[in-house]
Amino acid sequence: MHRYTDVICSFCGTLCDDIEVVVEDNRIVDVKHACRIGTAKFFASNDYEHRILKPMVRKNGKLVEASLDEAVERAAEILKSATKPLLYGWSSTSCEAHSVGIELAEELGGVIDNTTTVCHGPSALAIHDAGYISCTLGEVKNRADLIIYWGANPMHGHPRHLSRYSIFPRGYFRERGQQDRELIVIDVRKTDTAKIANKFIRVNYGEDYELISALRKVVNGGELHQESVAGVPREEIIALAEKMKNAQFGVLFFGMGLTQSYGRHRNIDNAICLVRDLNTHTKFVIMAMRGHYNVVGFNEVLSWQAGFPFAVDMGRGFAWYNPGETTANDVLQRGECDAALIIASDPVSHFPRKSIEHLAKIPIIAIDIHPTPTTQLADVVIPSAIVGIEVDGTAYRMDAVPLRLRKVKEPPEGVLSDVEILRRILAKVRGEQLAAKAEVAR
Amino acid sequence: MQEVVLTPKEQPSYGLIAECISCDVFAGKSIEEIEALPVYYGNKQGKLGDFFDVSGEVASSAEEMRIVIAGDVTKTRWIGREMSAGEIVVKGSAEMYVGAWMRGGRIVVEGDVGAFSGMLMRGGELRVEGNAGDYLGCSYRGEWRGMSGGTIIVEGNAGMEVGQNLNGGRIFVKGSVESFAGVRMKKGLLVVGSATDRVGAQMTGGTIVVLGSILRLLPSFDFAGEVENPEIDGESFEGVFKKYTGDHAERNAKGVLYVRKE
Amino acid sequence: MKLILKNGFVYDPLNGINGEKMDICIEDGKIVEDVKDAKVIDCSGKVVMPGGVEIHSHIAGGKVNVGRLMRPEDHIKNVMPKTRLTRAVNGYSTPSTFLTGYLYAKLGYTTAFTAAMPPLMARHTHEELHDIPMLDKGALTLMGNNWFVMRYLKRGDVELAAAFVAWLLKAAKGYAIKVVNPGGGEAWGWGRDVRSLDDPVPHFDITPREIISGLAKVNEMLSLPHSIHLHANNLGRVGNYVTTLETMEVPNGTKPARERQVVQLTHAQFHSYGGDSWRTFASEAESIAKAVNNNENVIIDIGQVVFGDTTTMTADGPMEYYLSSLTGLKWANKNIELETSPGVTPFVYSKRSPVSAVQWAVGLELALHIKDPFKVLLTTDHPNGAPFFKYPTIIAWLMSARYREETMKEVHGAAQKNTTLATIDREYDFYEIAVITRAGQAKSLGLAEKGHLGVGADADVAVYDLNPEEVDPSRDYKLIEEKFARTSYTIKGGEIVVKDGEIVKVVDGRTLYIDAKVDEGLERELMRDIDYYFKRFYSVNLANYPVQEVYLTNPTPVQIDASNVR
Ligand SMILES: [Zn+2]
Repeated sequence: MHRYTDVICSFCGTLCDDIEVVVEDNRIVDVKHACRIGTAKFFASNDYEHRILKPMVRKNGKLVEASLDEAVERAAEILKSATKPLLYGWSSTSCEAHSVGIELAEELGGVIDNTTTVCHGPSALAIHDAGYISCTLGEVKNRADLIIYWGANPMHGHPRHLSRYSIFPRGYFRERGQQDRELIVIDVRKTDTAKIANKFIRVNYGEDYELISALRKVVNGGELHQESVAGVPREEIIALAEKMKNAQFGVLFFGMGLTQSYGRHRNIDNAICLVRDLNTHTKFVIMAMRGHYNVVGFNEVLSWQAGFPFAVDMGRGFAWYNPGETTANDVLQRGECDAALIIASDPVSHFPRKSIEHLAKIPIIAIDIHPTPTTQLADVVIPSAIVGIEVDGTAYRMDAVPLRLRKVKEPPEGVLSDVEILRRILAKVRGEQLAAKAEVAR
Repeated sequence: MQEVVLTPKEQPSYGLIAECISCDVFAGKSIEEIEALPVYYGNKQGKLGDFFDVSGEVASSAEEMRIVIAGDVTKTRWIGREMSAGEIVVKGSAEMYVGAWMRGGRIVVEGDVGAFSGMLMRGGELRVEGNAGDYLGCSYRGEWRGMSGGTIIVEGNAGMEVGQNLNGGRIFVKGSVESFAGVRMKKGLLVVGSATDRVGAQMTGGTIVVLGSILRLLPSFDFAGEVENPEIDGESFEGVFKKYTGDHAERNAKGVLYVRKE
Repeated sequence: MKLILKNGFVYDPLNGINGEKMDICIEDGKIVEDVKDAKVIDCSGKVVMPGGVEIHSHIAGGKVNVGRLMRPEDHIKNVMPKTRLTRAVNGYSTPSTFLTGYLYAKLGYTTAFTAAMPPLMARHTHEELHDIPMLDKGALTLMGNNWFVMRYLKRGDVELAAAFVAWLLKAAKGYAIKVVNPGGGEAWGWGRDVRSLDDPVPHFDITPREIISGLAKVNEMLSLPHSIHLHANNLGRVGNYVTTLETMEVPNGTKPARERQVVQLTHAQFHSYGGDSWRTFASEAESIAKAVNNNENVIIDIGQVVFGDTTTMTADGPMEYYLSSLTGLKWANKNIELETSPGVTPFVYSKRSPVSAVQWAVGLELALHIKDPFKVLLTTDHPNGAPFFKYPTIIAWLMSARYREETMKEVHGAAQKNTTLATIDREYDFYEIAVITRAGQAKSLGLAEKGHLGVGADADVAVYDLNPEEVDPSRDYKLIEEKFARTSYTIKGGEIVVKDGEIVKVVDGRTLYIDAKVDEGLERELMRDIDYYFKRFYSVNLANYPVQEVYLTNPTPVQIDASNVR
């Protein structure tokens, strides 16, 4: 029996790093401190019945068991013969895997994109125009006296966000924890997070942008002529603006309620500008509530290696980026790509119908832990080990703090890490022998 | 003027990057050299001649050059990129980025154009007789110094974010535009037939004229009176217009929005 | 690989060699006395210098990547496809990691230190350094607003502060103590700043003066290879030279533990401004230069401005806010718990702007007024003053009064009126250029095996296609600019990595970090305190904080015995 402390949970962008895990006979028998969902993920690693344990290759229309070499060979053939392969997923694997994936995309001249494209892509576009006025989560814990969640419901999506970083913890300058802070929730409906807030502001569906514009006008000293904006009475908007201006350290956390509602990237652009305006009065920051545990890591690695955060087309041997053209769904819906490698993601369950229709027409290589509608549609399926439980690797928290996830148990026999699988595919695509020993870090 | 005719053959499904279709590039080349110009699709490189029959007379300078694309090229991108002179006529519809970074000359598309057409234009004229996609006359991602010169005229409708980050030049859309027309606009003139919502969002300068109706005005614009037959940037507009200033979400915003009174 | 670089004009200031025609022998990655059966490279008619050493450049880490994230428009520049050897690259002011390595190598640089690493984000910095090929690397580690440092220094416990610095350098895999706007970074946690050396830091009851003198003392107690590396308060502010002059006096009581300065005042150009408003903005470079000439404890690096588009990025959060409020351009900020608060904003240095024109002149004035070239190192504070690949232009300006004059004609008259640049006729020679681009840096950093070509030195060499007997840099400044931009050969660790300006081999350099040991009892006391603080105020556990060695390419600890610190 072995007790591991300071284990990092590879579920959501909160990357809680205080988990205790007890392992006996390569089974997790106890998990402490993790949230409900995180705990379930740790225990699920015991469950080999719902895992993919063997590589599979489609033959005569049926997925049949195959050797790893055969699966890798087939994957390389599909990718090499493609004119515009799409390499998609990435948000639930390590930065080390991203690094090999980007090299593979470059080698193939393919399009590489991650789930940012369907969650916080609008945030990236907004950052291009407005910048990003933010902080690490410890700053919120130590200093924040006003906390706003806008279009985000951490009680469900990020269960420990409130207790570790925002409302509840005691901080250096907030010794009494919750009593020293105020929580405001802005949303189209009264969420569970809204229920515990000091104040809930209901905004009309699809009118967040108008509410932000009104707030900005007031913050910047202008007069609001309307009786109400976006369903919020004028007095309430003015009161909110005053409260924001008078905070000592305010933070605006936003979620997909803001990024994926009408206005999308302009909602975020305007919200960042609001925070910028507030900085002429006080200290205020903004932060995206990123979902998958390493969605940020992919944006980081792709930015330093290829210059752009997601949706990169390497077709001409260099990186070209323009969401709307190079984003996975746009490429799929225009029917442009002719093969796909999907890793650690299930687009068949989550993409729009038109995208899935095209996916169904092209060969797919799926690398994943367990079966999904995507692996069922695939022509090659390669099982992989769970990062943060069965292999180590790097991930970036929602505030871009990088952490090294740990291995606490062995993967199922014969199951390799995403890094190893990708390295084999890359070597095969290049027609090279696999380097004898993996580089240590990557 | 001498004319080269490109007759489309089968178009690839991948999106054809054909930035070589420009009077500057064609001028002074032989037909064979034009056929051999590189085009790109997916990870492949091909020749212009693979996708177009090339015929006609080539001029020695861009000014003297006209390129006619004789049909729909709805998978072809970047027509007229960085063109400085001459004329391109597309007798059909084209895809994204028509006239991007254009500096001079004229492009006429008899059908529709895709998104990002007229991106970062600095001069010349882009005329679209059909509809335009999103981001007509836009900037590139992150570039705050958007389209700075030239004229775009669209007879039909256009999509979202027309004239995003506009920093000079003129855009006329005779039909309707979708949301965020003139977003983050700084200079220049944007005239649209009608608009939905969020017109002039975050604009700090320049002028937007809506000749018809507008669905909803942002709360951060201020009414500044009515104007009859206004003359704006040398263009005269008939009728009574409501004048607004904004976007006052921004500090010191100097944008002006005219909406025709119904 | 065995090599002989034959018959070049060698400039090796640390060994007193000034353009002598001689051979350089290389074996097993080192400079040797003699070598047999070696490949011979004919260097006749060429300049041979030690590989360039970059001492201050923002090339890796969270802030650099925020620059990339917020500026896709910067990445449609410098676009080059992948080749058989090199990766696909792009980026102008924030080049991709691979491009950063390739570009430095083409300039003849073989070592580079990234300028500002927040310890909490150190893993990120090292991930990026990992992906910068061609160079030996290290990271200056941010400490001037660190809560532990401020607490220990406040209570006068220099020993504990020293133990903490030693622990932090090892945990973050850092190389030196970097101090940025001491106290101002913490004040920025409340949207405030400190504006003088005696402004107290809110809630910490300590002043910038105490932080600087305390860390200088700690640095020498630990006998670290580099001195403290100080980005002074009031960067970029009109009239800031007063603060800068005062700052130079602060560590005067401290004796250096090694043969080098006590403080490197970084990007001094941004700290040498007079006037009392933007309208009266003027150079005070001469005052600063004079003070540097008269102070044996201080050296500077320039932070030269070159006209054009760039991205500014510093750990000086309040300054970036201030700058972005002047330009109205997009702004990124990142307060980092207990440590620092970086910011990023684009900037355009325009020839028509009186302020930019003066800034351009100030950097050159500093280089020309400071007498000892070992006291003035060439940097642009990449990318703050300009991207680092503009070095050849700056070298040409320094070597040619005529080139400066030509440029002066193109820029706003303020450069003529409000600076002394037009009155200076000094011109650098190749020897002095070798000092300010490699020898001086190596000496300042305490890198015994770099910056020179003596036996035992690392075989890092740059060969430039310039014949000092034929070229008159004063007149042929365009040639100087051209040839310093692409070496004939760059040799890294004894291997030819660049030939005729093209990458011919891609190598991974070493990563240097400090492994200093203090007294064990002291370390135990420190760990108790750190543990308490981590549990309560950090958002990560102590166990997950230190950077594992696996992140480093060829990890190279520099062992330091500081067990006398107790
Ligand atoms: Zn710097």
